[in-house]
Amino acid sequence: MNLVRSFEKLNEEKVFKDPVHRYVHVRDRLIWDLIGTSEFQRLRRIRQLGTTFFTFHGAEHSRFGHSLGVYEIARRIIEIFKYRNHWDDSETMVTLCAALLHDVGHGPFSHSFEKVFGTDHEKYTQEIILGDTEIHRLLDMQGSGFAEKVADVIGKTYPNRLVVSLISSQIDADRMDYLLRDAYFTGVSYGHFDLERIWRVMRSHGDQIVFKLSGMHAVEDYIMSRYQMYWQVYFHPVTRSAEVILTQILHRAKRLYQEGFHFKYTPVPLIKIFEGTMVLRDYLKLDESVIMYFFQAWQEENDAILSDLCRRFMNRRLFKYVEFTPELLSAKNDLIEAFSAAGIDSEYYLQVDSSSNSPYDLYRPGKEGASQPIRLLMPDGRLHELSRESDVVGSITGMRRTDVKLYYPKDRVVELPDHSSAKKKIKEILGI
Amino acid sequence: MLEDHAKIASLIRQAGEISGGKKLQRIVYILQKLGYPFKQIFHFHFSGPYSEELSVQLEELCDFGFLVETREEKGEEERFRYRLSEAGEGFLSHYKNVLPDMKNLTQKLIDQNAQFLECVALLLYFDHLPHREAIEKIKSIEQKPIGSDLDCATLFIEEIRILRSIDYPVIR
Repeated sequence: MNLVRSFEKLNEEKVFKDPVHRYVHVRDRLIWDLIGTSEFQRLRRIRQLGTTFFTFHGAEHSRFGHSLGVYEIARRIIEIFKYRNHWDDSETMVTLCAALLHDVGHGPFSHSFEKVFGTDHEKYTQEIILGDTEIHRLLDMQGSGFAEKVADVIGKTYPNRLVVSLISSQIDADRMDYLLRDAYFTGVSYGHFDLERIWRVMRSHGDQIVFKLSGMHAVEDYIMSRYQMYWQVYFHPVTRSAEVILTQILHRAKRLYQEGFHFKYTPVPLIKIFEGTMVLRDYLKLDESVIMYFFQAWQEENDAILSDLCRRFMNRRLFKYVEFTPELLSAKNDLIEAFSAAGIDSEYYLQVDSSSNSPYDLYRPGKEGASQPIRLLMPDGRLHELSRESDVVGSITGMRRTDVKLYYPKDRVVELPDHSSAKKKIKEILGI
Repeated sequence: MLEDHAKIASLIRQAGEISGGKKLQRIVYILQKLGYPFKQIFHFHFSGPYSEELSVQLEELCDFGFLVETREEKGEEERFRYRLSEAGEGFLSHYKNVLPDMKNLTQKLIDQNAQFLECVALLLYFDHLPHREAIEKIKSIEQKPIGSDLDCATLFIEEIRILRSIDYPVIR
């Protein structure tokens, strides 16, 4: 028998007004206190969608709101499971804490940071939960091993797979919240699905979450929303262009620091990361306000590349793109030569960006090694993979999910003199 | 420009052919843990370390025509075999020495079945824990009995570390 230990309840329920879920309800002292920690409050200063605001100006929402949303979804699903006697109540608090804290390790413009500095936000999440932090102290007060359990759920190494699936699977609280939240804030008309209907047809089946066949159309809607959001929002080429420039700024600043460049605005909070000696304390000082301050200031630096890239980022003078093809790859050396002849540094101004750089994915059943497929619970009790039952999902299952583009500063090419052979060569290779 | 893709293509060229996307995932993870310059980020998925980034890169290589992907049925699941195409040879001609020669090690990994490589990958994933704790952890999350495989995998890791130190003595 599982012993359900009691966690302190608040005298009065607290609520957060939320545009997606209307209200986020907090009844447990621990959840309330976790939200109040400095590590969690830091998420207010980290955008959920990174550079997407360059494309969809509404996309300024933060990881703070998303984390509350994931917590709220997990809380409501648990209530439904409890009502059906499908839930072990001893797992409730660990699940809610994991839902709330699943993104706490994200840094500013996380994905670009990870590419340039080799960091991993999931490792920082683990470190924040297990290391010397306010969050760890609160979790530790709940009993020996509680913090480790929360870390294991987020790291997907927790023995109870049902708990892991709630936070991280093909239809989990994380994806349900970000799809709806991102659709709301970007203002796009796709990305919507019937959240409550999905909850109602969710069933726990052994160690996995499955969906009643009668709810297949709600699940189809969710998959189609994910598909549309991927191509229309998450992998939008303008957003990717801003991401490319951001990455190049970080590369350039790091290189300059390593070469002993004398910055007018020394990036003190970034020095440890440039030197490869960053510890958790340094990481927690970084947020998007800090990064944007330096990008703003570096427009005045004496390095032409850094100042130009920062001006591009701050003023949305982004790179243009062409589709990257094997033929372009064959012409790679000629293109680099032409860029060099035109006085454009290809290391910073010629970048390939591919879908493998995206932190988002599409539902791809059948590809071995990938995540667990979505399963439907048939009336006879058997489980069938979604795409085998749904014509709609089946139709997008085998579709291409890759997209590779070459980004470059078209304005620099255009402003070259018409008689310049480098200009002719670049235009010829890029087909512009 | 596409260096990470080139490393995957180079690995497949050195292997001749890799059967199974899952196996390829395990092999790249193991090689990365041994210090070979694969940069993909791996996270734990239901059966071990998995990189979505690697999975998409593999697909991009196929879409470019640099890899030939052959599908085969394996019970209810599909399995894919990967080999370098002629266009892939051309692609790799742009990248000199993107990976060191590691044919011996690659062959040794390919000779193992996917389940055994999963044990090896799991042990390496938890190598920050004391060995006994790592074993306990793996047993708590693995649904199938893998006790004896873990013992063999422990020895196997020692062997491949020696091979690596001979073939690739400098950690870059």
